[in-house]
Amino acid sequence: MSRSSESSPVAFEDRMATTEFRIASEPHISVHGDSCRGCTTRACVTACPAKLFVPTSDGGILFNYEQCFECGTCYLVCNTEGAITWAYPEGGAGVVYRRS
Amino acid sequence: MTERFDVVVVGAGPAGSMAALTLARAGRSVCLLERGPFPGSKNLYGGVIYGRVLDEILPRWIDEAPIERWVTRRVTMVLTETQSLAVDFRSSAWGAKPYNGATALRPEFDSWLASEAEKAGAVLVCSTTATGLLLDERGRTTGVRTDRPGGDIEAGVVIACDGVNAFLAKQAGLTSTEDPSHYTLGVKEVLALAPDEIERRFGLEPGEGADFEVIGGTGGIAGGGFLYTNRETVSVGLVLSIEGLSRSETRPEQLLAEFKSHPAIRPLVAGGDVVEYGAHLIPEAGLAMMPRLAGDGILVAGDAAGMCLAAGIWLEGVNFAMASGAAAGEAAAEALERGDTSAGGLRGYRKRLEANFVLADHRRLKRAPHLVLSDRMQHQYPQLVCNLVEEIFTVRNPSPKQGIVAQARQERRKAGVRLRDLARDGWSAWRTFR
Ligand SMILES: Cc1cc2nc3c(=O)[nH]c(=O)nc-3n(C[C@H](O)[C@H](O)[C@H](O)COP(=O)(O)OP(=O)(O)OC[C@H]3O[C@@H](n4cnc5c(N)ncnc54)[C@H](O)[C@@H]3O)c2cc1C
Ligand code: SF4
Ligand code: SF4
Repeated sequence: MSRSSESSPVAFEDRMATTEFRIASEPHISVHGDSCRGCTTRACVTACPAKLFVPTSDGGILFNYEQCFECGTCYLVCNTEGAITWAYPEGGAGVVYRRS
Repeated sequence: MTERFDVVVVGAGPAGSMAALTLARAGRSVCLLERGPFPGSKNLYGGVIYGRVLDEILPRWIDEAPIERWVTRRVTMVLTETQSLAVDFRSSAWGAKPYNGATALRPEFDSWLASEAEKAGAVLVCSTTATGLLLDERGRTTGVRTDRPGGDIEAGVVIACDGVNAFLAKQAGLTSTEDPSHYTLGVKEVLALAPDEIERRFGLEPGEGADFEVIGGTGGIAGGGFLYTNRETVSVGLVLSIEGLSRSETRPEQLLAEFKSHPAIRPLVAGGDVVEYGAHLIPEAGLAMMPRLAGDGILVAGDAAGMCLAAGIWLEGVNFAMASGAAAGEAAAEALERGDTSAGGLRGYRKRLEANFVLADHRRLKRAPHLVLSDRMQHQYPQLVCNLVEEIFTVRNPSPKQGIVAQARQERRKAGVRLRDLARDGWSAWRTFR
């Protein structure tokens, strides 16, 4: 077991549950799984801080927009033209960092 | 129905609120658009705010802004896997008026600053995303389209303060950069700890705060770490090269967990429950990524213009955003007054930035981002220096102590640093930071 997983006491879902997301009815990002089949880097899988890109057994990518930080990392690391369509969610929706 | 204002400011971050405040005070009608449900709700940073730029514009900011702690201790640290070396600076002057840096939470600080713009007469509209610019047949900006039904807003000038992704500046053709090497990713946890526990661990008096900037500790990926004390939370996070991260096998939260378990960091954060986790990009490249600052009917300020100063020992963006936003507001007011809002009519913006710290600091430090993220600065030098210090303080009796110069030579060889590179980097550091 690596040192990192030993010392990481928070499960990923619990980590994400600490942050508020107001979920929009429409996805603001879509990933065109077919374009991903030829991708050798899979950079989005490691780089997305919200872990929203999940590789599927048939070489595609499963993506869920709901707990997204709207950071922009995924479209920056992706080299495949057309694989990601990216926009901000509708006004009022998406991540909300809290006032204490 | 299409609304019309003299100016539409997109984004109620520090840049946008200062632009709107300045214009409202100049007697202009101004709409301040924000896509989040309240200002600051989308904005994650370290962080520490340097409010000197507010002294003249909001002279009561020290008493009225939602400050968590005034920073009196600033630690700059290098980490290797097992070692750490720090410069630990304290100033009691920073703990009294006029102060220097303050920790603050962005959802609160940004809401406060936007409310000051509202008090001056700006119209704040939240929960509304600008989906694009309105352009006339000659490509001049005439307003913004929003995601509200019938939500076009016309304006003499649009000020794009929409942050690091800069979609409006891209649409206006003022920039096209999407070079991943120009950005870093910040990931951050907010940890709950009692105020007196924070003061004990960080060696602070009540109300005082600490700012830790760390080079290394990012598991081989170029970047660094930070720790900031809030009133009853500690913010801990990493800044990671996007390119390094996309080549890596290790995910951001794992890197952060490793950072938190480093012997130099663990005692400061142990037992603090994560109460919020988040991420945000940083425009890292400074001058190299700056767009054209003005087009016909449009100005770009703050992170959208790459004005954040990310130079290793400094991470300042809020002050650059506030100053550039205010300058954009003044320039837009001036252009409206003269009836010329073309790119030429808006050139007062650049003039103002040339005359204050915004462009001066970026010019002076234009080589810093590249230098700080270089492999030698990130890995070889921290290792070399830590090993040297370890040698100097390790007692090897009965062997006598060695001369420090001889030890330095030995450690340089062991670290595989060539004298030529050391000389070149030293020279370039001198030119960068002098
Ligand atoms: C991890 C990290 C640590 C940092 N630490 C520090 C620090 O300690 N000190 C410091 O001074 N700086 C720090 N910075 C930098 C600082 O956060 C930024 O430089 C600063 O926030 C820039 O302000 P801005 O107003 O230009 O942009 P932002 O603060 O990003 O504000 C942009 C605003 O525009 C809104 N918006 C965007 N698009 C639209 C749209 N289409 N329609 C409507 N609204 C829109 C957003 O919701 C947001 O409110 C840090 C940054 C990061 C990521
Ligand atoms: S989204 Fe881009 S980086 Fe991710 S798997 Fe698909 S093509 Fe590759
Ligand atoms: S914007 Fe950021 S958080 Fe959202 S999917 Fe892309 S990388 Fe993940």
